[in-house]
Amino acid sequence: MSVDKDTVRRIAKLARIALEEERVAPMERELNGILAWVEQLQEVNVEGVAPMTSVVAQKLKMRDDVVTDGNIADAVTANAPMREDNFFVVPKVVE
Amino acid sequence: MLLPSKLTDFTLADARDAVAGKKVSSTELTKAFSKAVTDAKPLNAFVTETPQKALEMAAASDARIAKGEARPLEGLPLAIKDLFCTKGVKTTAGSNILNNFIPPYESTVTQNLWDAGAVMLGKTNMDEFAMGSSNETSYYKPVLSPWRAKNSNAALVPGGSSGGSATAVSANLCLGATGTDTGGSIRQPAAVTGTVGLKPTYGRCSRWGTVAFASSLDQAGPMTRTVRDAAILLRHMASVDPKDSTSVDMPVPDYEATLEKGVKGLRVGIPKEYRIDGAPPEIDALWQKGADWLKAQGAEIVEVSLPHTKYALPAYYIVAPAEASSNLARYDGVRYGHRTQQPIHDITELYEKSRAEGFGAEVRRRILIGTYVLSAGYYDAYYSRAQKIRTLILQDFERAWEACDVLLTPATPGPAFALGEKSNDPVSMYLNDVFTVTVNLAGLPGLAVPAGLTADGLPLGLQIIGKAFDEATVLCAGRSIETAANFTAKPQHWWAA
Repeated sequence: MSVDKDTVRRIAKLARIALEEERVAPMERELNGILAWVEQLQEVNVEGVAPMTSVVAQKLKMRDDVVTDGNIADAVTANAPMREDNFFVVPKVVE
Repeated sequence: MLLPSKLTDFTLADARDAVAGKKVSSTELTKAFSKAVTDAKPLNAFVTETPQKALEMAAASDARIAKGEARPLEGLPLAIKDLFCTKGVKTTAGSNILNNFIPPYESTVTQNLWDAGAVMLGKTNMDEFAMGSSNETSYYKPVLSPWRAKNSNAALVPGGSSGGSATAVSANLCLGATGTDTGGSIRQPAAVTGTVGLKPTYGRCSRWGTVAFASSLDQAGPMTRTVRDAAILLRHMASVDPKDSTSVDMPVPDYEATLEKGVKGLRVGIPKEYRIDGAPPEIDALWQKGADWLKAQGAEIVEVSLPHTKYALPAYYIVAPAEASSNLARYDGVRYGHRTQQPIHDITELYEKSRAEGFGAEVRRRILIGTYVLSAGYYDAYYSRAQKIRTLILQDFERAWEACDVLLTPATPGPAFALGEKSNDPVSMYLNDVFTVTVNLAGLPGLAVPAGLTADGLPLGLQIIGKAFDEATVLCAGRSIETAANFTAKPQHWWAA
Protein backbone atom coordinates (compact mmCIF):
# COMPACT_ATOMS: atom_id res chain seq x y z
CA MET A 1 0.00 0.00 0.00
CA SER A 2 1.13 3.55 -0.57
CA VAL A 3 -0.09 7.07 0.11
CA ASP A 4 -0.83 9.84 -2.40
CA LYS A 5 -0.64 13.59 -1.85
CA ASP A 6 -4.28 13.88 -0.77
CA THR A 7 -3.76 11.15 1.83
CA VAL A 8 -0.66 12.94 3.13
CA ARG A 9 -2.71 16.15 3.51
CA ARG A 10 -5.53 14.22 5.21
CA ILE A 11 -3.30 12.47 7.78
CA ALA A 12 -1.43 15.72 8.52
CA LYS A 13 -4.85 17.25 9.24
CA LEU A 14 -5.80 14.29 11.47
CA ALA A 15 -2.47 14.62 13.31
CA ARG A 16 -2.94 18.39 13.66
CA ILE A 17 0.44 19.18 12.14
CA ALA A 18 0.53 22.02 9.62
CA LEU A 19 2.19 20.80 6.42
CA GLU A 20 3.23 23.45 3.93
CA GLU A 21 2.28 22.64 0.35
CA GLU A 22 5.93 22.29 -0.75
CA ARG A 23 6.48 19.71 2.01
CA VAL A 24 3.66 17.45 0.78
CA ALA A 25 5.62 15.80 -2.07
CA PRO A 26 8.78 15.09 -0.02
CA MET A 27 6.65 13.72 2.83
CA GLU A 28 4.77 11.51 0.36
CA ARG A 29 8.13 10.07 -0.79
CA GLU A 30 9.42 9.54 2.76
CA LEU A 31 6.22 7.86 3.97
CA ASN A 32 6.06 5.62 0.90
CA GLY A 33 9.69 4.60 1.45
CA ILE A 34 8.78 3.39 4.94
CA LEU A 35 5.48 1.82 3.85
CA ALA A 36 7.22 -0.10 1.03
CA TRP A 37 9.70 -1.47 3.56
CA VAL A 38 7.04 -2.61 6.07
CA GLU A 39 5.13 -4.27 3.22
CA GLN A 40 7.16 -7.47 3.87
CA LEU A 41 4.93 -8.07 6.92
CA GLN A 42 2.19 -9.12 4.48
CA GLU A 43 4.07 -12.36 3.73
CA VAL A 44 3.74 -13.62 7.34
CA ASN A 45 0.92 -16.06 8.03
CA VAL A 46 -0.92 -14.60 11.02
CA GLU A 47 -3.98 -16.84 10.72
CA GLY A 48 -5.27 -17.64 14.21
CA VAL A 49 -2.56 -15.60 15.99
CA ALA A 50 -3.80 -13.34 18.78
CA PRO A 51 -2.52 -9.76 18.66
CA MET A 52 -0.22 -8.99 21.58
CA THR A 53 -1.83 -6.94 24.33
CA SER A 54 0.80 -7.32 27.06
CA VAL A 55 4.40 -8.56 26.88
CA VAL A 56 4.38 -9.73 30.48
CA ALA A 57 1.49 -11.93 31.61
CA GLN A 58 -0.08 -10.06 34.50
CA LYS A 59 -3.47 -8.91 35.63
CA LEU A 60 -4.04 -5.20 35.38
CA LYS A 61 -3.74 -3.76 38.86
CA MET A 62 -6.76 -2.25 40.56
CA ARG A 63 -6.66 0.49 43.15
CA ASP A 64 -9.21 2.10 45.39
CA ASP A 65 -11.28 4.75 43.65
CA VAL A 66 -10.33 7.61 45.94
CA VAL A 67 -8.97 11.12 45.54
CA THR A 68 -5.22 11.10 46.25
CA ASP A 69 -4.23 14.40 44.73
CA GLY A 70 -5.64 17.83 43.98
CA ASN A 71 -5.76 21.52 44.86
CA ILE A 72 -2.59 22.14 42.86
CA ALA A 73 -4.01 24.37 40.11
CA ASP A 74 -0.94 26.61 40.24
CA ALA A 75 1.37 23.68 39.56
CA VAL A 76 -0.93 22.35 36.81
CA THR A 77 -0.98 25.66 34.92
CA ALA A 78 2.57 26.77 35.72
CA ASN A 79 3.94 25.68 32.32
CA ALA A 80 1.06 27.03 30.21
CA PRO A 81 2.23 29.39 27.44
CA MET A 82 -0.84 31.58 28.15
CA ARG A 83 -2.88 31.53 31.35
CA GLU A 84 -5.17 33.76 33.30
CA ASP A 85 -5.73 33.05 36.98
CA ASN A 86 -5.90 29.27 36.95
CA PHE A 87 -7.26 28.94 33.41
CA PHE A 88 -5.58 27.96 30.15
CA VAL A 89 -6.16 30.63 27.50
CA VAL A 90 -7.09 29.55 23.95
CA PRO A 91 -8.57 31.36 20.92
CA LYS A 92 -12.35 31.69 20.91
CA VAL A 93 -13.89 28.26 20.17
CA VAL A 94 -17.62 29.09 20.08
CA GLU A 95 -18.96 32.08 18.12
CA MET B 1 42.03 0.71 48.49
CA LEU B 2 44.00 2.56 45.84
CA LEU B 3 42.49 5.80 44.58
CA PRO B 4 42.70 6.31 40.79
CA SER B 5 45.03 9.08 39.61
CA LYS B 6 41.96 11.08 38.55
CA LEU B 7 38.72 10.99 40.52
CA THR B 8 36.76 10.86 37.27
CA ASP B 9 38.41 7.51 36.44
CA PHE B 10 36.50 5.80 39.27
CA THR B 11 33.98 3.10 38.51
CA LEU B 12 30.67 3.58 40.32
CA ALA B 13 31.40 0.59 42.59
CA ASP B 14 34.86 1.87 43.57
CA ALA B 15 33.60 5.42 44.10
CA ARG B 16 30.83 4.05 46.31
CA ASP B 17 33.35 2.18 48.45
CA ALA B 18 35.73 5.17 48.58
CA VAL B 19 32.97 7.59 49.62
CA ALA B 20 31.54 5.18 52.18
CA GLY B 21 35.07 4.57 53.53
CA LYS B 22 35.64 8.37 53.73
CA LYS B 23 38.66 8.15 51.39
CA VAL B 24 37.07 10.87 49.29
CA SER B 25 34.12 13.16 49.94
CA SER B 26 31.09 13.45 47.71
CA THR B 27 31.89 17.15 47.32
CA GLU B 28 35.38 16.41 45.95
CA LEU B 29 33.99 13.78 43.61
CA THR B 30 31.13 16.02 42.45
CA LYS B 31 33.47 18.98 41.80
CA ALA B 32 35.74 16.74 39.70
CA PHE B 33 32.84 15.48 37.57
CA SER B 34 31.22 18.93 37.24
CA LYS B 35 34.53 20.26 35.93
CA ALA B 36 34.78 17.34 33.49
CA VAL B 37 31.25 18.15 32.28
CA THR B 38 32.13 21.82 31.74
CA ASP B 39 35.39 20.94 29.96
CA ALA B 40 33.54 18.56 27.65
CA LYS B 41 31.23 21.21 26.13
CA PRO B 42 32.47 20.34 22.59
CA LEU B 43 30.87 16.88 22.98
CA ASN B 44 27.44 18.50 23.62
CA ALA B 45 26.46 15.59 25.88
CA PHE B 46 24.32 17.74 28.20
CA VAL B 47 21.26 19.87 27.46
CA THR B 48 21.20 21.24 31.00
CA GLU B 49 24.04 21.22 33.54
CA THR B 50 23.09 21.50 37.21
CA PRO B 51 26.43 22.09 39.00
CA GLN B 52 24.83 24.15 41.80
CA LYS B 53 22.22 21.52 42.55
CA ALA B 54 24.95 18.86 42.37
CA LEU B 55 27.04 20.65 45.00
CA GLU B 56 24.01 21.03 47.29
CA MET B 57 23.18 17.34 46.96
CA ALA B 58 26.84 16.43 47.56
CA ALA B 59 26.99 18.56 50.71
CA ALA B 60 23.83 16.87 52.00
CA SER B 61 25.41 13.48 51.24
CA ASP B 62 28.62 14.39 53.07
CA ALA B 63 26.53 15.46 56.08
CA ARG B 64 24.72 12.11 56.08
CA ILE B 65 28.00 10.19 55.80
CA ALA B 66 29.41 12.16 58.75
CA LYS B 67 26.34 11.19 60.79
CA GLY B 68 26.69 7.53 59.76
CA GLU B 69 23.45 7.64 57.76
CA ALA B 70 24.79 6.84 54.31
CA ARG B 71 22.42 5.29 51.77
CA PRO B 72 23.44 2.82 49.00
CA LEU B 73 24.37 5.43 46.34
CA GLU B 74 25.29 8.18 48.79
CA GLY B 75 27.08 11.08 47.14
CA LEU B 76 27.59 9.43 43.72
CA PRO B 77 27.27 11.86 40.75
CA LEU B 78 25.07 10.64 37.89
CA ALA B 79 23.83 12.03 34.57
CA ILE B 80 20.12 11.82 33.75
CA LYS B 81 18.72 11.45 30.24
CA ASP B 82 16.56 14.47 29.47
CA LEU B 83 13.51 12.21 29.09
CA PHE B 84 13.11 11.79 32.86
CA CYS B 85 11.08 14.58 34.45
CA THR B 86 13.05 16.27 37.20
CA LYS B 87 11.18 18.57 39.54
CA GLY B 88 12.18 22.20 39.03
CA VAL B 89 14.81 21.30 36.39
CA LYS B 90 14.01 21.85 32.71
CA THR B 91 13.13 18.62 30.87
CA THR B 92 13.10 18.85 27.07
CA ALA B 93 13.01 15.29 25.66
CA GLY B 94 15.42 16.74 23.07
CA SER B 95 12.53 18.71 21.54
CA ASN B 96 11.79 22.33 20.81
CA ILE B 97 8.20 21.68 21.87
CA LEU B 98 9.39 21.19 25.49
CA ASN B 99 12.06 23.90 25.33
CA ASN B 100 10.64 25.70 28.38
CA PHE B 101 9.09 22.81 30.27
CA ILE B 102 9.90 22.71 33.98
CA PRO B 103 8.21 19.65 35.52
CA PRO B 104 6.41 20.22 38.82
CA TYR B 105 7.04 16.54 39.66
CA GLU B 106 9.86 13.98 39.72
CA SER B 107 9.91 10.71 37.73
CA THR B 108 9.81 7.55 39.85
CA VAL B 109 13.15 6.33 38.50
CA THR B 110 15.01 9.53 39.38
CA GLN B 111 13.21 9.83 42.73
CA ASN B 112 14.44 6.29 43.53
CA LEU B 113 18.01 7.37 42.71
CA TRP B 114 17.83 10.50 44.87
CA ASP B 115 16.25 8.47 47.69
CA ALA B 116 19.31 6.17 47.46
CA GLY B 117 21.58 9.22 47.87
CA ALA B 118 22.74 9.87 44.29
CA VAL B 119 23.77 13.34 43.04
CA MET B 120 22.51 14.87 39.76
CA LEU B 121 25.11 16.47 37.46
CA GLY B 122 22.65 17.44 34.75
CA LYS B 123 20.36 16.30 31.96
CA THR B 124 21.82 14.55 28.92
CA ASN B 125 21.13 15.26 25.28
CA MET B 126 19.16 12.75 23.23
CA ASP B 127 17.35 12.20 19.95
CA GLU B 128 14.09 14.14 19.91
CA PHE B 129 11.50 12.14 21.90
CA ALA B 130 14.00 9.26 21.79
CA MET B 131 13.38 8.80 18.06
CA GLY B 132 16.74 8.16 16.48
CA SER B 133 19.86 6.01 16.48
CA SER B 134 22.55 8.68 16.21
CA ASN B 135 21.50 11.61 18.43
CA GLU B 136 21.24 13.75 15.29
CA THR B 137 17.50 14.44 15.64
CA SER B 138 18.00 16.45 18.86
CA TYR B 139 16.75 20.05 18.70
CA TYR B 140 19.81 20.87 20.83
CA LYS B 141 22.31 19.75 18.13
CA PRO B 142 23.99 16.33 17.84
CA VAL B 143 26.13 14.79 20.55
CA LEU B 144 29.62 13.77 19.45
CA SER B 145 31.16 10.47 20.40
CA PRO B 146 34.39 10.83 22.38
CA TRP B 147 35.75 8.09 20.08
CA ARG B 148 37.49 8.74 16.78
CA ALA B 149 38.77 6.20 14.28
CA LYS B 150 42.54 5.65 14.14
CA ASN B 151 44.34 8.43 12.25
CA SER B 152 41.13 10.38 11.74
CA ASN B 153 39.59 13.52 13.17
CA ALA B 154 36.16 12.87 11.65
CA ALA B 155 33.27 13.37 14.07
CA LEU B 156 31.41 10.16 14.90
CA VAL B 157 27.92 9.73 16.34
CA PRO B 158 27.53 8.24 19.83
CA GLY B 159 24.48 6.24 18.76
CA GLY B 160 21.03 7.02 20.03
CA SER B 161 18.69 7.85 21.36
CA SER B 162 20.55 7.88 24.71
CA GLY B 163 23.63 9.38 22.98
CA GLY B 164 24.32 12.07 25.58
CA SER B 165 24.29 9.50 28.38
CA ALA B 166 26.57 7.15 26.39
CA THR B 167 29.07 9.94 25.68
CA ALA B 168 28.95 11.13 29.31
CA VAL B 169 29.73 7.61 30.59
CA SER B 170 32.35 6.86 27.95
CA ALA B 171 34.19 10.18 28.41
CA ASN B 172 34.16 9.84 32.24
CA LEU B 173 31.84 12.82 32.77
CA CYS B 174 29.79 10.91 35.37
CA LEU B 175 29.89 7.63 37.29
CA GLY B 176 26.84 6.32 35.46
CA ALA B 177 23.76 7.54 33.65
CA THR B 178 20.14 6.71 33.06
CA GLY B 179 18.91 5.82 29.61
CA THR B 180 15.67 4.65 28.05
CA ASP B 181 15.27 1.95 25.43
CA THR B 182 12.26 1.61 23.10
CA GLY B 183 14.00 -0.19 20.21
CA GLY B 184 17.65 -0.21 21.25
CA SER B 185 18.23 3.30 22.60
CA ILE B 186 20.31 2.11 25.58
CA ARG B 187 22.13 -0.87 24.04
CA GLN B 188 23.06 0.58 20.64
CA PRO B 189 24.74 3.77 21.98
CA ALA B 190 26.40 1.74 24.76
CA ALA B 191 27.81 -0.71 22.20
CA VAL B 192 29.26 1.95 19.89
CA THR B 193 30.82 3.95 22.77
CA GLY B 194 32.44 1.00 24.56
CA THR B 195 30.13 1.18 27.58
CA VAL B 196 27.64 -1.12 29.29
CA GLY B 197 23.91 -0.63 28.75
CA LEU B 198 21.04 -2.66 30.18
CA LYS B 199 17.43 -2.61 29.04
CA PRO B 200 15.51 -4.35 31.83
CA THR B 201 12.37 -6.43 31.40
CA TYR B 202 9.30 -4.35 30.55
CA GLY B 203 7.69 -3.46 33.88
CA ARG B 204 10.88 -3.61 35.98
CA CYS B 205 11.42 0.17 36.06
CA SER B 206 8.45 2.46 36.46
CA ARG B 207 7.57 4.58 33.44
CA TRP B 208 5.87 7.21 35.61
CA GLY B 209 7.24 10.69 34.96
CA THR B 210 9.30 9.59 31.96
CA VAL B 211 8.22 11.36 28.77
CA ALA B 212 6.34 8.70 26.79
CA PHE B 213 7.35 7.58 23.29
CA ALA B 214 5.83 4.10 22.72
CA SER B 215 4.29 2.99 25.99
CA SER B 216 4.25 -0.78 25.36
CA LEU B 217 7.99 -0.74 24.54
CA ASP B 218 9.58 2.06 26.63
CA GLN B 219 11.80 0.93 29.47
CA ALA B 220 14.42 2.79 31.54
CA GLY B 221 17.79 1.28 32.38
CA PRO B 222 21.37 1.98 33.49
CA MET B 223 24.37 2.99 31.33
CA THR B 224 27.72 2.47 33.04
CA ARG B 225 31.39 1.65 32.56
CA THR B 226 31.22 -1.85 34.05
CA VAL B 227 28.68 -4.65 34.37
CA ARG B 228 28.91 -4.42 38.17
CA ASP B 229 28.00 -0.72 37.99
CA ALA B 230 24.94 -1.59 35.87
CA ALA B 231 23.90 -4.19 38.48
CA ILE B 232 24.19 -1.60 41.25
CA LEU B 233 22.37 1.15 39.37
CA LEU B 234 19.51 -1.06 38.16
CA ARG B 235 18.72 -2.12 41.71
CA HIS B 236 18.16 1.51 42.67
CA MET B 237 16.28 2.55 39.51
CA ALA B 238 13.84 -0.37 39.61
CA SER B 239 10.86 -0.50 41.94
CA VAL B 240 7.26 -1.59 42.25
CA ASP B 241 5.31 1.58 41.54
CA PRO B 242 1.57 1.98 42.12
CA LYS B 243 1.70 5.03 39.81
CA ASP B 244 2.52 2.81 36.78
CA SER B 245 -0.08 0.10 36.19
CA THR B 246 2.44 -1.90 34.11
CA SER B 247 5.04 -1.88 36.89
CA VAL B 248 5.32 -5.51 37.96
CA ASP B 249 4.76 -6.63 41.56
CA MET B 250 8.05 -8.42 42.08
CA PRO B 251 10.70 -7.56 44.65
CA VAL B 252 13.91 -6.05 43.19
CA PRO B 253 16.79 -8.50 43.73
CA ASP B 254 20.34 -7.62 44.77
CA TYR B 255 21.90 -8.10 41.32
CA GLU B 256 25.40 -7.34 42.58
CA ALA B 257 25.29 -10.21 45.09
CA THR B 258 24.90 -12.82 42.34
CA LEU B 259 27.13 -11.13 39.76
CA GLU B 260 30.14 -13.44 40.07
CA LYS B 261 28.20 -16.70 39.94
CA GLY B 262 29.80 -17.53 36.59
CA VAL B 263 28.35 -19.34 33.60
CA LYS B 264 29.25 -22.95 34.39
CA GLY B 265 26.46 -25.12 33.02
CA LEU B 266 24.61 -22.12 31.57
CA ARG B 267 23.05 -22.89 28.19
CA VAL B 268 23.83 -20.05 25.78
CA GLY B 269 21.76 -19.90 22.59
CA ILE B 270 23.16 -18.59 19.31
CA PRO B 271 20.21 -17.51 17.12
CA LYS B 272 21.17 -18.27 13.54
CA GLU B 273 18.86 -15.59 12.11
CA TYR B 274 21.10 -12.89 13.61
CA ARG B 275 23.72 -13.71 11.01
CA ILE B 276 22.84 -11.05 8.43
CA ASP B 277 24.03 -10.57 4.89
CA GLY B 278 26.41 -7.70 4.43
CA ALA B 279 27.42 -7.42 8.09
CA PRO B 280 31.11 -6.58 8.48
CA PRO B 281 33.19 -9.77 9.06
CA GLU B 282 34.42 -8.21 12.32
CA ILE B 283 30.91 -8.52 13.77
CA ASP B 284 30.70 -12.26 13.07
CA ALA B 285 34.25 -12.83 14.33
CA LEU B 286 33.52 -11.02 17.61
CA TRP B 287 30.30 -12.98 18.04
CA GLN B 288 32.22 -16.26 17.63
CA LYS B 289 34.81 -15.03 20.11
CA GLY B 290 32.06 -14.26 22.62
CA ALA B 291 30.70 -17.80 22.30
CA ASP B 292 34.24 -19.21 22.75
CA TRP B 293 34.78 -17.07 25.88
CA LEU B 294 31.60 -18.33 27.49
CA LYS B 295 32.34 -21.92 26.48
CA ALA B 296 35.83 -21.66 28.02
CA GLN B 297 34.17 -20.64 31.30
CA GLY B 298 31.92 -23.67 31.32
CA ALA B 299 28.84 -22.59 29.37
CA GLU B 300 27.17 -24.87 26.86
CA ILE B 301 26.69 -23.29 23.42
CA VAL B 302 23.57 -24.31 21.50
CA GLU B 303 22.30 -23.13 18.13
CA VAL B 304 18.67 -21.94 18.25
CA SER B 305 16.23 -20.49 15.75
CA LEU B 306 14.14 -17.32 16.06
CA PRO B 307 12.39 -17.55 12.68
CA HIS B 308 10.46 -14.24 12.82
CA THR B 309 13.54 -12.09 13.55
CA LYS B 310 13.54 -10.36 10.15
CA TYR B 311 10.01 -9.06 10.72
CA ALA B 312 10.81 -7.42 14.05
CA LEU B 313 12.11 -4.12 12.70
CA PRO B 314 9.26 -3.47 10.23
CA ALA B 315 6.70 -4.48 12.91
CA TYR B 316 8.39 -2.06 15.30
CA TYR B 317 8.06 0.75 12.74
CA ILE B 318 4.30 0.26 12.83
CA VAL B 319 3.79 -0.28 16.57
CA ALA B 320 6.16 2.45 17.81
CA PRO B 321 4.92 5.29 15.53
CA ALA B 322 1.30 4.28 16.22
CA GLU B 323 1.80 4.58 19.96
CA ALA B 324 3.89 7.73 19.50
CA SER B 325 1.16 9.41 17.46
CA SER B 326 -1.22 8.85 20.39
CA ASN B 327 1.26 9.82 23.12
CA LEU B 328 2.41 12.97 21.35
CA ALA B 329 -1.15 14.19 20.82
CA ARG B 330 -0.82 15.84 24.23
CA TYR B 331 1.51 18.56 22.87
CA ASP B 332 -1.09 21.13 21.93
CA GLY B 333 0.49 24.51 22.65
CA VAL B 334 -2.12 25.09 25.35
CA ARG B 335 -1.24 23.36 28.61
CA TYR B 336 2.57 23.36 28.37
CA GLY B 337 5.28 23.50 25.76
CA HIS B 338 5.79 25.56 22.62
CA ARG B 339 2.94 27.74 21.32
CA THR B 340 3.11 29.40 17.93
CA GLN B 341 3.59 33.16 17.80
CA GLN B 342 2.15 33.35 14.26
CA PRO B 343 -1.26 34.94 13.79
CA ILE B 344 -3.95 32.26 14.14
CA HIS B 345 -7.68 32.29 13.54
CA ASP B 346 -8.95 29.34 15.51
CA ILE B 347 -7.86 26.64 17.91
CA THR B 348 -7.20 24.04 15.19
CA GLU B 349 -4.70 26.39 13.60
CA LEU B 350 -3.14 26.95 17.02
CA TYR B 351 -2.59 23.19 17.36
CA GLU B 352 -1.36 22.72 13.80
CA LYS B 353 1.16 25.56 13.81
CA SER B 354 2.41 24.95 17.36
CA ARG B 355 3.02 21.28 16.56
CA ALA B 356 4.59 21.94 13.14
CA GLU B 357 7.05 24.39 14.75
CA GLY B 358 7.65 22.34 17.87
CA PHE B 359 8.37 18.92 16.36
CA GLY B 360 11.42 18.13 14.22
CA ALA B 361 11.37 16.28 10.90
CA GLU B 362 11.78 12.72 12.24
CA VAL B 363 9.11 13.18 14.90
CA ARG B 364 6.67 14.66 12.37
CA ARG B 365 7.36 11.74 10.02
CA ARG B 366 6.67 9.16 12.73
CA ILE B 367 3.51 10.88 13.93
CA LEU B 368 2.19 10.87 10.36
CA ILE B 369 3.07 7.17 9.85
CA GLY B 370 1.41 6.37 13.17
CA THR B 371 -1.67 8.39 12.33
CA TYR B 372 -1.94 6.64 8.96
CA VAL B 373 -1.62 3.07 10.28
CA LEU B 374 -4.24 3.76 12.94
CA SER B 375 -6.65 5.57 10.60
CA ALA B 376 -10.00 4.09 9.57
CA GLY B 377 -9.63 1.22 7.11
CA TYR B 378 -5.92 0.58 7.73
CA TYR B 379 -5.88 -0.57 11.37
CA ASP B 380 -6.20 -4.30 10.57
CA ALA B 381 -3.72 -4.27 7.70
CA TYR B 382 -1.02 -2.55 9.72
CA TYR B 383 -1.38 -2.21 13.49
CA SER B 384 -3.33 -5.38 14.19
CA ARG B 385 -1.03 -7.42 11.91
CA ALA B 386 2.07 -5.96 13.56
CA GLN B 387 0.75 -6.88 17.02
CA LYS B 388 0.13 -10.45 15.80
CA ILE B 389 3.70 -10.62 14.53
CA ARG B 390 4.79 -9.44 17.97
CA THR B 391 3.05 -12.47 19.43
CA LEU B 392 4.96 -14.70 16.97
CA ILE B 393 8.25 -13.05 17.97
CA LEU B 394 7.53 -13.66 21.66
CA GLN B 395 6.65 -17.30 20.85
CA ASP B 396 10.01 -17.64 19.04
CA PHE B 397 11.77 -16.65 22.26
CA GLU B 398 9.61 -18.94 24.39
CA ARG B 399 10.54 -21.89 22.19
CA ALA B 400 14.22 -20.91 22.40
CA TRP B 401 14.06 -20.93 26.22
CA GLU B 402 13.35 -24.65 26.06
CA ALA B 403 16.89 -25.12 24.75
CA CYS B 404 18.82 -22.30 26.41
CA ASP B 405 18.93 -19.89 29.37
CA VAL B 406 20.29 -16.78 27.63
CA LEU B 407 21.03 -15.74 24.06
CA LEU B 408 24.26 -14.25 22.75
CA THR B 409 24.09 -11.90 19.74
CA PRO B 410 25.97 -8.94 18.30
CA ALA B 411 24.70 -5.64 19.74
CA THR B 412 24.86 -3.58 16.54
CA PRO B 413 25.44 -4.28 12.83
CA GLY B 414 28.59 -2.11 12.91
CA PRO B 415 30.65 0.48 14.80
CA ALA B 416 29.81 4.19 15.19
CA PHE B 417 29.31 5.97 11.87
CA ALA B 418 30.11 9.51 10.79
CA LEU B 419 27.88 12.45 11.56
CA GLY B 420 25.45 12.95 8.65
CA GLU B 421 26.28 9.58 7.06
CA LYS B 422 22.81 8.05 7.46
CA SER B 423 20.57 11.02 8.23
CA ASN B 424 19.03 11.27 4.76
CA ASP B 425 17.74 7.72 4.60
CA PRO B 426 15.28 6.84 7.40
CA VAL B 427 15.27 3.09 6.67
CA SER B 428 19.07 2.73 6.68
CA MET B 429 19.10 4.60 10.02
CA TYR B 430 16.42 2.26 11.39
CA LEU B 431 18.57 -0.79 10.53
CA ASN B 432 20.96 0.14 13.37
CA ASP B 433 18.44 -1.43 15.75
CA VAL B 434 18.14 -4.74 13.89
CA PHE B 435 19.70 -6.77 16.77
CA THR B 436 18.11 -4.87 19.65
CA VAL B 437 14.50 -4.30 18.64
CA THR B 438 13.27 -7.91 18.98
CA VAL B 439 13.90 -7.68 22.71
CA ASN B 440 11.61 -4.64 23.10
CA LEU B 441 8.82 -6.27 21.12
CA ALA B 442 8.99 -9.31 23.44
CA GLY B 443 9.56 -7.25 26.63
CA LEU B 444 12.76 -9.13 27.54
CA PRO B 445 15.94 -7.88 29.24
CA GLY B 446 18.97 -7.18 27.02
CA LEU B 447 22.50 -6.15 27.97
CA ALA B 448 25.19 -4.62 25.74
CA VAL B 449 28.76 -5.28 26.88
CA PRO B 450 31.90 -3.85 25.25
CA ALA B 451 33.79 -6.76 23.72
CA GLY B 452 36.37 -5.52 21.25
CA LEU B 453 37.64 -2.92 18.80
CA THR B 454 37.44 -2.77 15.01
CA ALA B 455 40.65 -2.56 12.95
CA ASP B 456 39.99 1.22 13.02
CA GLY B 457 40.01 1.21 16.82
CA LEU B 458 36.26 1.68 17.36
CA PRO B 459 34.29 -0.20 20.03
CA LEU B 460 31.94 -3.09 19.31
CA GLY B 461 29.59 -4.75 21.75
CA LEU B 462 27.93 -8.08 22.31
CA GLN B 463 24.38 -8.50 23.56
CA ILE B 464 23.05 -10.95 26.15
CA ILE B 465 19.28 -11.51 26.03
CA GLY B 466 17.51 -13.18 28.94
CA LYS B 467 14.16 -14.49 30.09
CA ALA B 468 11.67 -12.02 31.52
CA PHE B 469 12.80 -10.76 34.96
CA ASP B 470 16.02 -12.78 34.80
CA GLU B 471 18.31 -9.73 34.77
CA ALA B 472 20.47 -11.51 37.37
CA THR B 473 21.50 -14.25 34.90
CA VAL B 474 21.89 -11.72 32.07
CA LEU B 475 24.28 -9.66 34.23
CA CYS B 476 26.19 -12.80 35.24
CA ALA B 477 26.74 -13.80 31.61
CA GLY B 478 27.64 -10.19 30.78
CA ARG B 479 30.17 -10.18 33.58
CA SER B 480 31.76 -13.33 32.11
CA ILE B 481 32.04 -11.65 28.69
CA GLU B 482 33.51 -8.56 30.35
CA THR B 483 36.13 -10.60 32.23
CA ALA B 484 37.19 -12.51 29.13
CA ALA B 485 37.16 -9.50 26.78
CA ASN B 486 39.13 -7.39 29.24
CA PHE B 487 38.08 -4.28 27.35
CA THR B 488 40.28 -1.47 28.70
CA ALA B 489 40.39 0.87 25.68
CA LYS B 490 39.37 4.49 26.33
CA PRO B 491 38.91 7.34 23.85
CA GLN B 492 41.71 9.88 23.47
CA HIS B 493 40.99 13.00 25.54
CA TRP B 494 40.82 15.35 22.50
CA TRP B 495 37.86 17.52 23.52
CA ALA B 496 39.22 19.45 26.51
CA ALA B 497 41.11 22.66 25.85
